[in-house]
Amino acid sequence: MTANTMSKASVSAVESSRPSGLARLLRWLPSVLFILAGVLLFVSINQPYWGLVLQAPQYPGGLQMRVFVNNMTGDDDPRLDEVREIDGLNHYIGMKSLYEAAKLERSIAIPAVILMAVMLAVAAVWRRRWTWLLAVPAMLFPFIFLADLAYWMANFGQNLDPYAPLSSSIQPFVPPVLGEGVIGQFKTVAYVDTGWYIIITGSALILVGVLIRVVGMVRARG
Amino acid sequence: MIGQRIPSKVLLIGTILVVAVILALGVAPKASTVAQGDASSWQAIAEQRGLTEADMRAAAMTYTPSGVMDEYVMFASAGQGGQVLAIGLPSMRLLRLISVFAPEPWQGYGYGAGNEILEQGFIDGQEILWGDTHHPALSETNGEYDGNWLFIGDKANGRVAVIDLRDFETKQIVHNPAFMNDHGGTFVTPNTEYIVEGGQYGLPLGAEYAPIADYQTAYSGMITFWKFDKEAGRIDFENSFAMELPPYWQDLCDSGKGVSEGWVFCNSFNAEMATGGIESGNPPFEAGVSRGAVDYLHIINLEAAEAVFAAGGAVDVNGFKVIPLETAIENQLLYLAPEPRSPHGADVTPRGDFISIGGKLDPHVSVYSFQKIQDAIAAGTSETDVFGVPVLALESVLEAQVELGLGPLHTVYDDQGYAYTSLFLDSAVARWSIGAEGYRPQDGWSLINKTPVQYNVGHLAAAEGDTATPDGRFLVALNKWSVDRFLSTGPLLPQNLQLIDISQPGDQTQILYDLPITGAEPHYAQIIKADKLHAWEVYPEVGWDPVTQSVSPNAVLQGTEGITRDGNNVNVRMTAVRSHMTPEHVEIMAGDHVTWTITNVERARDATHGFAIPYYNINLSIEPGESITFEFEATRAGVFSFYCTEFCSALHLEMMGYMMVRPE
Repeated sequence: MTANTMSKASVSAVESSRPSGLARLLRWLPSVLFILAGVLLFVSINQPYWGLVLQAPQYPGGLQMRVFVNNMTGDDDPRLDEVREIDGLNHYIGMKSLYEAAKLERSIAIPAVILMAVMLAVAAVWRRRWTWLLAVPAMLFPFIFLADLAYWMANFGQNLDPYAPLSSSIQPFVPPVLGEGVIGQFKTVAYVDTGWYIIITGSALILVGVLIRVVGMVRARG
Repeated sequence: MIGQRIPSKVLLIGTILVVAVILALGVAPKASTVAQGDASSWQAIAEQRGLTEADMRAAAMTYTPSGVMDEYVMFASAGQGGQVLAIGLPSMRLLRLISVFAPEPWQGYGYGAGNEILEQGFIDGQEILWGDTHHPALSETNGEYDGNWLFIGDKANGRVAVIDLRDFETKQIVHNPAFMNDHGGTFVTPNTEYIVEGGQYGLPLGAEYAPIADYQTAYSGMITFWKFDKEAGRIDFENSFAMELPPYWQDLCDSGKGVSEGWVFCNSFNAEMATGGIESGNPPFEAGVSRGAVDYLHIINLEAAEAVFAAGGAVDVNGFKVIPLETAIENQLLYLAPEPRSPHGADVTPRGDFISIGGKLDPHVSVYSFQKIQDAIAAGTSETDVFGVPVLALESVLEAQVELGLGPLHTVYDDQGYAYTSLFLDSAVARWSIGAEGYRPQDGWSLINKTPVQYNVGHLAAAEGDTATPDGRFLVALNKWSVDRFLSTGPLLPQNLQLIDISQPGDQTQILYDLPITGAEPHYAQIIKADKLHAWEVYPEVGWDPVTQSVSPNAVLQGTEGITRDGNNVNVRMTAVRSHMTPEHVEIMAGDHVTWTITNVERARDATHGFAIPYYNINLSIEPGESITFEFEATRAGVFSFYCTEFCSALHLEMMGYMMVRPE
């Protein structure tokens, strides 16, 4: 069956059955929510997902790092590249360069986001019994992101160069993905940022959409 | 007997009472804690240290807690040390020493960095590695400090330096080859079109030889007008010019502003044209120069002089354009007015309407009216000096004279209509009222009070005191002697800079703070509101050359380090970052000519690295982002441990490398 005949079929189905207002809303709402979630995914690309503030006496304003879906930057003040600065400090404890972290993930991030959005769009317009599954990756994305981040932080924290200058002062550690930690003279505060809040909102929308669809299908079958 | 009569019950109660009292005393630490708390209060500390209420007021006005910024920055010359000091007010904390005319090892100045700036100041190939800095001048826009540039003169060698206030570093040194010394500089015109450098001792033009017997005919005075190119931030040598003056030992100058914009005023103190020679039985200079009853205020029409220069009226003297005295007279560029003998200072009031001249050997400050000067010039005068320069009659131009005390030297102004004149012999600062409209007509021209200072005050500086709108509030007395003010450190004593509160009217002035200056003698200072300064935190881009204030074409970035050789010329390209330099092994041959560029690739504030090569007299201070190129001949074979000389990090000591110079 081609997409054309399919949509004609659904249109005629809608016309013939003439469901109530609420039923109509419930039928279309998941698609609207999926599309909205897809838009939010795109919007999130320009926003930081996660942030880390490092505070130490010799950096009175603190050092701020922001992680985007495919990128790492410092704060908005262009005078100091915080990522480079943190990287420079990390060599004292034997940590690998931050630019080495999640290289694969960062390189495929944008295509992956586009793919997830396309899958959402397909799930929105192609209302088959199983197509809600296409929305699942996007729904899980915020958690996948944090899990991957936690993996890399543990990986980097655990794999310190044993010959690094401060190796006797700073033992391998697992930095917290959220909340406060301490590394040497630095106090760290990690938090999720705007981008992550945007995609978690998307996840909530998808969840609602999926539930409506799945429950609707179950009821229709029942 | 009595004891025998005391019943045991009473004894018991008595014992209990005694024990209770002892216990109560034992608990007394509470009470003594309270006493200790009192002893650590500020009132108790003040009492213990013998501080009066006035002292505590001074402390409250000046104490600046850690992390709190000062309200003003004072730029003070550092005299024969050849440098400039930046001092915060009201804390009187020394913020920065700016290297200008003399090498300064901790800044690398002259030891690999800034050598080309110092070389600009060499005269006919002669190395000159010091200066006698006298009068700093902040650049102005509409008669107000704009916080962009600072200029400073070198009295000894007649040079002027340009300092960029984005990084507080010297960018240029110029010398007028037609003349040797200066004193009346630097002073800027209200929009920094010109930096005025008045000469001092009479000399043959172009530093030529002429017998002293020919003083009157072969010696001259001079004033130089340096054209400042604001776009380039440099003095434009080609469009600068000078004017020949009679050899009267011009002293201090000031630019007109407001109504007197376009005019320049200088006092002088050897109208006698004394030539000294104490060894031959002649009166020494100190007597000969002070013999006559009057000297001359020089009144210069700069606007007209500029036109004469533009029209080709200047002649070439030793490669510099000079308007000859005859041309100046012919074109009415110069007028003289008598002033009490051997005065000091010619300080224009905020509105530009008066010029105050301290009597020095005369107890008055003499105030000249610019309007009266204009009227007298318009009326014309038949009187001239021996060179034919028109002399305006004193009574036709004098507005007022105020008797202040002994040794009046230099005058600055505040926002209440008061003027302040230093009294060198009295060791005091006189506050007097300017009795004219717009100042303090209610008080007339009168002495208000004298604040004793310690001791032998030279110049004064008031907050924004020589702008069109002085701030008042603070005055600094730049005292030449400190005598008993500080712990003795041997026979050489510091100067004493005293901060004075001038915020209250009338006779309420108070000394707030003494700052000993060990970096030679500050002659003059200017005080600018701190929020007008916009200094960089780090250099704008990695690879920055502070000499050109742009990214250096030689800049070494991370990943481009290396050593290349072309015959005997070796090019070392190095980066520095906490806590290593790349490369760490530099292998060269004895006899090589080495060009070495090092970039501090740091971007963190204060992450400065030093760089020293022992035995080769090289030491640098490389600020974050800065790139420095230096050259030397590898004359000595051996292994040289180069290292970072500014403590940069936990691994600072490890930040080193070896320069191996193989024998030929």
